[in-house]
Order: sequence, then C-alpha cells, then structure tokens
Amino acid sequence: MSKLPKPEDLIKDVNLHKMPAQPWMDVKPEFKAGRYLYAVEPQVMEDLGKPHLGKWQPYDEKWPLPEDWKERILKAIRDRMERFRSFKLFMDICVRCGACADKCHYFLGSGDPKNMPVLRAELIRSIIKGEFSFFGKLFGRLAGARPLTEEVIKEWYYYFYQCTECRRCSVFCPYGIDTAEVTIIMREILHELGIALDWAMKPVRFSHFIGNHIGLQPHTIKENIEFLLGDIAEITGLNIEVPINKKGAEVLFVTPSADFFAEPGIYTFMGYVLLFHHIGLDYTISTYASEGGNFGFFNTLELAKKLHGKIYEEAKRLKVKWIIGGECGHMWRVWHQYHNTWFGPFDYLEVPKSPITGTVFDHARDHKAVHICEFTADLIAHGKLNIDPSRNDHLVITFHDSCNTSRGMGIFEEPRFIIKNVCNNFVEMPENTIREKTFCCGSGSGLNADEYMEMRMRGGFPRANAVEFVHKNYGVNTLSCICAIDRAVLPTLMKYWVPGVEVAGVHELVGNALIMEGEKKRTTDLRYRPLKGMEEEV
Amino acid sequence: MNSRYNDFFFSLLIIAALILIPMIGVGVLGLKFLFGVIIPYGALAVFIIGLIYRMVNWARSPQPFKIPTTCGQQKSLPWIKRSRLESPASTFEVGLRMFFEVFLFRSLFRNLRADLEGKKLIYGSAKFLWLGAMLFHLGFLIIILRHLRFFVYPVPEFVNILEKVDGFFQISFPTLYLSDLLILLGLSFLLLRRLFDAKVNYISYASDYFPLLLIISIVITGILMRVIIKPDIFAIKHYAIKLATFKPIIPEAPLGVLFYVHLFLVSSLAMYFPFSKLVHMIGVFFSPTRNMANDNRMKRHVNPWDYPVKYTTYAEWQEKFRDVMEEAGMPIDEEWVKEAQKQT
Repeated sequence: MSKLPKPEDLIKDVNLHKMPAQPWMDVKPEFKAGRYLYAVEPQVMEDLGKPHLGKWQPYDEKWPLPEDWKERILKAIRDRMERFRSFKLFMDICVRCGACADKCHYFLGSGDPKNMPVLRAELIRSIIKGEFSFFGKLFGRLAGARPLTEEVIKEWYYYFYQCTECRRCSVFCPYGIDTAEVTIIMREILHELGIALDWAMKPVRFSHFIGNHIGLQPHTIKENIEFLLGDIAEITGLNIEVPINKKGAEVLFVTPSADFFAEPGIYTFMGYVLLFHHIGLDYTISTYASEGGNFGFFNTLELAKKLHGKIYEEAKRLKVKWIIGGECGHMWRVWHQYHNTWFGPFDYLEVPKSPITGTVFDHARDHKAVHICEFTADLIAHGKLNIDPSRNDHLVITFHDSCNTSRGMGIFEEPRFIIKNVCNNFVEMPENTIREKTFCCGSGSGLNADEYMEMRMRGGFPRANAVEFVHKNYGVNTLSCICAIDRAVLPTLMKYWVPGVEVAGVHELVGNALIMEGEKKRTTDLRYRPLKGMEEEV
Repeated sequence: MNSRYNDFFFSLLIIAALILIPMIGVGVLGLKFLFGVIIPYGALAVFIIGLIYRMVNWARSPQPFKIPTTCGQQKSLPWIKRSRLESPASTFEVGLRMFFEVFLFRSLFRNLRADLEGKKLIYGSAKFLWLGAMLFHLGFLIIILRHLRFFVYPVPEFVNILEKVDGFFQISFPTLYLSDLLILLGLSFLLLRRLFDAKVNYISYASDYFPLLLIISIVITGILMRVIIKPDIFAIKHYAIKLATFKPIIPEAPLGVLFYVHLFLVSSLAMYFPFSKLVHMIGVFFSPTRNMANDNRMKRHVNPWDYPVKYTTYAEWQEKFRDVMEEAGMPIDEEWVKEAQKQT
C-alpha cells in the first residue's frame, strides 16, 4: 500500500480552474497506488457463477480481455439502452453546460477533469456516438465521438469506480441527468466481461451465501448481540433481551450488519435496542436476513435483487406484519426506490401502524417498510419517549445528510427532529453542504477499501471541510449520520482531516438520552465516556 | 493556433459555408425555388419526422425503476412540512416541478461555484449561467412567436401585444426588438463562457459551438434585414402565408440574398436539431429523475422486463447452519422448509 500524503500536501496541486493541455481523449488514467481499487479474485466470481478475467490487476499493461470483448460490450450497451430509458435519454440530451462540473466531491478533491460528472458520462457517450452513430463516425472528435478500444475499458474501470453514485450532480443538472444511473449501468456493462472490484464483490458473496456482508454466522450474530447487551447492562443496569428469529413478532427489524459488530455502528445498535425495549415493541431481528445494506447494488442491479430477496422470505416465514429498516444510506436507496418494484406486491404484510402511537404510516402503505427515523420521530412527536437530552451535553453535534437518503428518498426533517429532541447542542454545517446539496463521505458505493485511501480522503475532503468549519467555529465534536458506510468511513476521514470529531448514528444519541424504566443512574454514555458533570464519578 | 479553440474555428468555418451556399445558390445561380421552397419544406419534414423518431425511440425504452432525484423533504408524517416541488408525491406536484424545470430552469437556478482557497472550499452563487440560458431561451421563444405574424392571417392579438411590449423601448428606428438584444446577450455569454471558462472549454466540442454560432448568425441576419436592408415585408408575408398553407410560390419582388441566407440558416437549424444535443428541448420531458413522483412506498412501480433472480432460500440457508444454530440454541424451522418444498 502506498503512503498517504499528509493532509496539508494532499490537495496542494488541486486547481479547479486549470485544465490539462491535452484534450481529454488523449489523457490516459495512471493506476497509481492509493488511487485505484484491486480487481476481483476469480474465485469470488466462480462461486457466484459470474464471468471473470482470471488473475489480473488494473495496473497490468495488457488486460486479459476475452477475444470477443468488443462485441460483448457493444451488445451490453445496446441492451441497456433498450431496457433503461434513463440511460438512453441521458446519453442523448446533455448539452455540456457545465453546471455539474464543480459539484462532484471527487472533482473538488482531485481537480481531475474526468471527475466532472459531464466528462464521466462523456466516457461512454463518446463511445455510443463513435460506434453507433453515423454522424459520430463521420465527424469523430468534432462531434465528441471516439472508437471503443482496450484503453477505454481501463478508463471506465478507473472512473466508474471513482463515482460514489451520490447523485449530487443530478440535483444541479437542468435535465436531471443522474451520473449515478450512468455509473450503475457502466458497472453492469463491465461486469459482463467479469471486470469488478474485489472489495465490492467479496461482501456480495458473503451476503449471498451467509446472509450478511462480513460473513457473520447466525450464532456469531447472537454472541455479538449478547456482548452488546452486556455493555448495556453495565451502563444502564438493565438486562434486556433482543428477540432473534422470533416467529409471530409484529415487526421485522433489518439493519446493516455492521451495526452488529463494528464501531461505531454497535452504539447505534445499542440505541435501537434501548428504544425498542423502552416502548415495549414486539419485534425480531433475523440472522437469515441479517443484512440491510446491499453490496449487490454497487455491482449490478441483478446482484442487488439477489441479496435482498431474503428479507421478504423472512418476513413471510416469521409472519411479521411490517418491517422497520435501520439507519443506512444505500440500503434505503434500494429499499425506497427498488424494493417495491422487485419484491412487491406485499399482500402478506400489513400497512405499517405504530403500536405505540397508533400512527398509520400511510406513505409506506404499499411497500410496508418504515425508516427507523420516521418511526422514532413519530414516537417523540407523540410524547411517548422519556428523554433527558442533557445526557448528550458532552457532545456538540452536527448532522451529515447521507447522499442516498437525501437525494434518493428525501428524508431530511425526521433525523433533525430526533436530534433536536435528544440533544441540546446541535449545529448545522454550511447550507451548501447539507440536505439535498450534501457531500458524500467519499467512500460510498463499495469504494471504502484501504487500498483506495488517497482517493477516499480526496473525495471526502468537501465533507470534511464543512465539518472543520463547524468544529473550529462552534466546537462540534460529533458528526451524526444515518448511514452505515458513513459510520464505517467517516471516522477515518475525520481522523485525517478534522481530528477531534467522532462519528455517531442518530439512534446512539437516542440511546444516550432515553430514561429507561428501572435503570440505574447513568454516569457514562454508550461508549463509556463520562456524561457532563459525571467526570469525577467514572 | 491554440488547440483549445480548434473546435470553435471549425464550427465557424461550417457557418461560413452555410452562409455561402445560399449566396451562391440564389445570388449567382438564381435557384430561388430550391432555396425558397424545397429546402424549407425538406427541413421542416426532417425536423418533425426526426423529433417524432426521437420521442418514439425514447418512449420505446421502458423506465424500469422509479428514480426521482429528491431535492426536498419527502411526504411522510403529516406534521412534517414537505416540499411539494422538490419531492413531489402526486402527478399534479410532478407537473408543477416539471413546469418550473422547463420554463424557469429551476435546477440551473441552484447553481453554485466552488473555489479552493488554500485548504478551504468556498461556495458562491453562480446565477449567470441561469441568466444567460434564460435570456437565450426566452428570447428565442418570443422571436418565434413574433414570426407568427408572417405565417398567420389575421395576426393573432397576442402577437401584436407581444410585439408592442418587445418594441416598447424603441431602441432604434425601425424598432430593434428587446428580445433581439437579449438573445444576443445570452448567446454571447454562453459562447464566451465556452471559450474562456477553462472547465467548460475543456468539455466543449465543435457540436457545442456550432448550434450557438448558428443561432447567433440567424439572429444577426434577422436584425440586419429588419434594421438595415429592409426587404419588402409584404412580399415576405405573402410568400410565408403561401408556404404555410402549402401553396408555395416564389416571391416576385426581389427579396435580397440576405433573406435567403436567413431562411437557409433556419432550415439548417431545423435539420440539425433532431440529430443533436438540441433534442434536450423534448428530452427534458422524459427525464425520469424529474418526471416521476417520490411516492415509491405508496404506489408500486412495475418494471416490464423484471425477471426472477435466484437467491439463497431460508431452507438452503438453514441447512447450511443447522449445526451451529442447534448448538447455540437457536430455533430450527422445519415447518417452513416443508412448506417451501411443497411449493417447489
């Protein structure tokens, strides 16, 4: 692995207003350590019955492409244009106005023009013109057309895995051209040759065969949860149980598996558990459908569908009435915008209704899945939670809108409402960096591999920069979020750019603030950090 | 010559050729019928058939998933203020969103510019792109409506009113319309931006300069005709109405080569339109991130080519982990396995 430059050196050479002397079609990507991701191990693809290129790495001079690679790619492009109006249209209507140019976090952190969303799309648009269009072939570069070569495949691999499908560009595009859609389809097309990321595919294998992306077996999940319950007992004095695979429960709760085992997600999980106990919810988690996150989505839509089928078989088997989904970004993009189409209609489930407040979640009447923040906000609004916000007084909190829940779902107010009710110190980051204009963590969509650290720190730079602003001006020490990838990668990003800021799920803050019946006097938060005024007692 | 401007100069060359063609064709060879009747009709046919082809082509591909870009609060709990425009939950609200997108370029209005100052990212307002685009598109619309007076008899009242308003400032005599100036302002801004903004210059092809230059040439020839050369308006109107009613004639009064140049450039634009990025005019209506409602969990969207995907069933999964689950005292579900076997 390469050595990561120091923060003060990393973006020294970035100039957003200076472009290379050579036209972009003549610039080839360099596979420098820290800036590209490793290719998938052939065994992973074998296990899943997918094509692969054998053993190779992106920096190889000659990629072992199959003989008919070109026909296969062209066929795949035509196929996607027939099946996706989005793709066909987005290829046709861009006017290269450049409104998207400086909206991409990877562009802002690298200055690489091919990270301008318009050029990222041109990487394929130019091929469609050059291979399928009469005028494209006639005028060539003057019309933005070029032929498909092996070099283009390398370029695609480099840049379509340098997009986190965050959709920020799509907010600013006058035609709503969504680079995430282009990237999703381009990754599918690369998959047809077996070109994929190791980091994005191994979790698919685990999720498919074992049930969650890290490969936790059922008994391990149980043990992990028991371990966390031990911590809860120590902190609150309460012995709480978490129902696992319980038949006939009212609600199936599905969350990204990282919440079972990885810091700081485990604290979020403790928050969920405390909340459900507090209100006496009849719920269960599942060790079969133990992954809410969907690594398939980072590869192909077919793989995404393959992984989440489990959730609905499990809902049927356990005979639950409806589903609550935990805090996660891509998970909710997939749940909100794809599940109903893939797995519906859900006749065997009921329209979600909160057993505590009686609220019918009418907006989820057809899909029958409710976001945990919608559920909790409703509880707070009805005064059903006993909360002591001063238990979060040792924290000054800001909120990072996750790309997918923001621009692929529109959940902005619910988490803010919760935070404002369970904390006393909440500060917003600058307005051009939050809500629908929020910046990606820089590591989303399966790019959070260690070997990619330099690009991750560059891509996360705009987000970190906004955090730094509120850290310096308002003493913010906690970056809250509702995304498991955020919880996995933002701590690294903060350590690099803004030391002194920790990352927390929203329900961790809820867990801190909940006054549980029969609990002992709390002296620490869920991370064993002393509460404000309790420093002596710990 | 700096290669950054090659595509621009190439487009300029094409424009020069397009101006020369009618100058020779009409001015030297006298092919009035060709340039006055055949080419305009041909261009109109290409324009209409081409656009229909594009629309049918887009419509033929289904939109498999409901993927609106949500730029505002979703409709969820009743007490949460939601954004009807940015996260529309009904067809009516989608209509509103589309109206603002198509007529007021709402997304473009959001535009920001990012600057890196040392280690700080600064975001500033950047509404000039929106303004330039508005001036250009709105100006274009007004000019087209004004041209109705040539093709329709009697002239609709709204066209008269539009003309009066447009000519209100009496910038010169004969009146130079405000829309003419504003469209030139908008087009020049867009062109200069393409030439001198490093990022936009880097992403520009000849096919980006060409339509700008073509429309600029059309506007300039139009203004020249009106203000300087002043051809016989009655003759043009007579000719235009005949053309519009499919009883084409060749105007007898001499209209001047400039008129034919103007007409030929417009014809070129019409023919170029369906095969270029200019189809964004129609395409924007098809954009799934804007024209779909954010009601995914309320209403199911059906994907016509959806197909079943094999996944690990509970039965397969339980079989794999039966031992460790039994050892950990976790329940085994034989009932479901039997039920599942029966189904298959």
